[in-house]
Amino acid sequence: MASTQEIQAGLGEILEEVAGVAPADATPEKSFTDDLDVDSLSMVEIATAVEDKFGVAIPDDQLANIKTVGDAISFIESNQG
Amino acid sequence: MTTIKPAEGAPGARILGVGGYRPRRRVTNDELAQVMDTNDEWIQSRVGIAERRWAEDDETLVEMAVAAGGKALAASGLAPDQVDLVIVASASLRHPIPGIGPQVAHRLGIPRPGAFDLNAGCAGFCYALGLASDAIRTGSARHVVVVGVERLTDVTDRNDRATAVIFADGAGAVVVGPSDEPGIGPVAWGSDGDQYSAIEIDVESAFLTMAGQAVYRWATTRLTETLQEAMDKAGVTAADIDVFAPHQANLRIIESMAKKLGFGERTVIARDIVQAGNTSAASIPLALGALLESGEAKSGDLALVLGYGAGLTFAGQVLRLP
Repeated sequence: MASTQEIQAGLGEILEEVAGVAPADATPEKSFTDDLDVDSLSMVEIATAVEDKFGVAIPDDQLANIKTVGDAISFIESNQG
Repeated sequence: MTTIKPAEGAPGARILGVGGYRPRRRVTNDELAQVMDTNDEWIQSRVGIAERRWAEDDETLVEMAVAAGGKALAASGLAPDQVDLVIVASASLRHPIPGIGPQVAHRLGIPRPGAFDLNAGCAGFCYALGLASDAIRTGSARHVVVVGVERLTDVTDRNDRATAVIFADGAGAVVVGPSDEPGIGPVAWGSDGDQYSAIEIDVESAFLTMAGQAVYRWATTRLTETLQEAMDKAGVTAADIDVFAPHQANLRIIESMAKKLGFGERTVIARDIVQAGNTSAASIPLALGALLESGEAKSGDLALVLGYGAGLTFAGQVLRLP
């Protein structure tokens, strides 16, 4: 099981790779859409990368509820393992 | 006991000619931005479309199919009476009875061929091409005209910025005939009917709706294996592919697929969507025709094609370009 720090770091790498977000900007309170300029299709790419990296499943209906970096971290924490 | 005599087929089938029809009216992103809340930057970054063609009233499905089919026939060098099967792939018929296959064939001057319509959404062209190839190899037909034709604007809400910027009109066609060497690889096809509602015409509004995220996820994750299967069945690898021409649904899907398959500099990637929008069953023959016309693709090139869309359906194969 990845720790919160590991999840945040791993998610940061994915955000940088998929959407060009600087790791320093990927803090928990940031909204993907409003703060980080991540569009709906990039959210899908982030979701599939997260699924591969952390072994979680993020169905589209749940993806819609993930608004911030913190939401994503919480989702991974409670669904991994 | 009396036995039933089998038909005599050809060793292989190949594409003999390609033709397309693009509606007269160009619609730019700036024009759409005047009537709906969108802009060029938004459209280009989401779907990669700069302009699309919208058919006018006289550019009917039949007229566009006949124009594309006629060009493909001329390119093949065949006379109409040498054709014995016509398949028209379309998902945008407003009047399903009668199908338009027989009328298109008649207008092309083809005497009494087998003729029918096929609806496999945006995968229709590749489904039809697979059937055409099999018909020639089994002896059910000698020469086949395959047309993909759509007027998606008939089923699109022109005020809905999620779909109106994407869907467009046009027709593309090929003529398929016998060959000693296979020029069309075995089809890799299938469907994911559990996602039947991801792309559908809503019964109440009669307009096309699409679950964009679900379709994007499906296309960029599940279809890589189908592309690989098409190459495996044809006995080729990604390094052998000269032209990659998947259905022109979304430039980001095209780029994602190309990246996953590892196509490098030597492989030409079809990006006809930039000028044509998403023309569903017409998109692959339109894209192939444009690449051959511009010289980016050459006769004899090996192309990988993949149609995918409503159903959900998918079909891909490896082709030798005429």
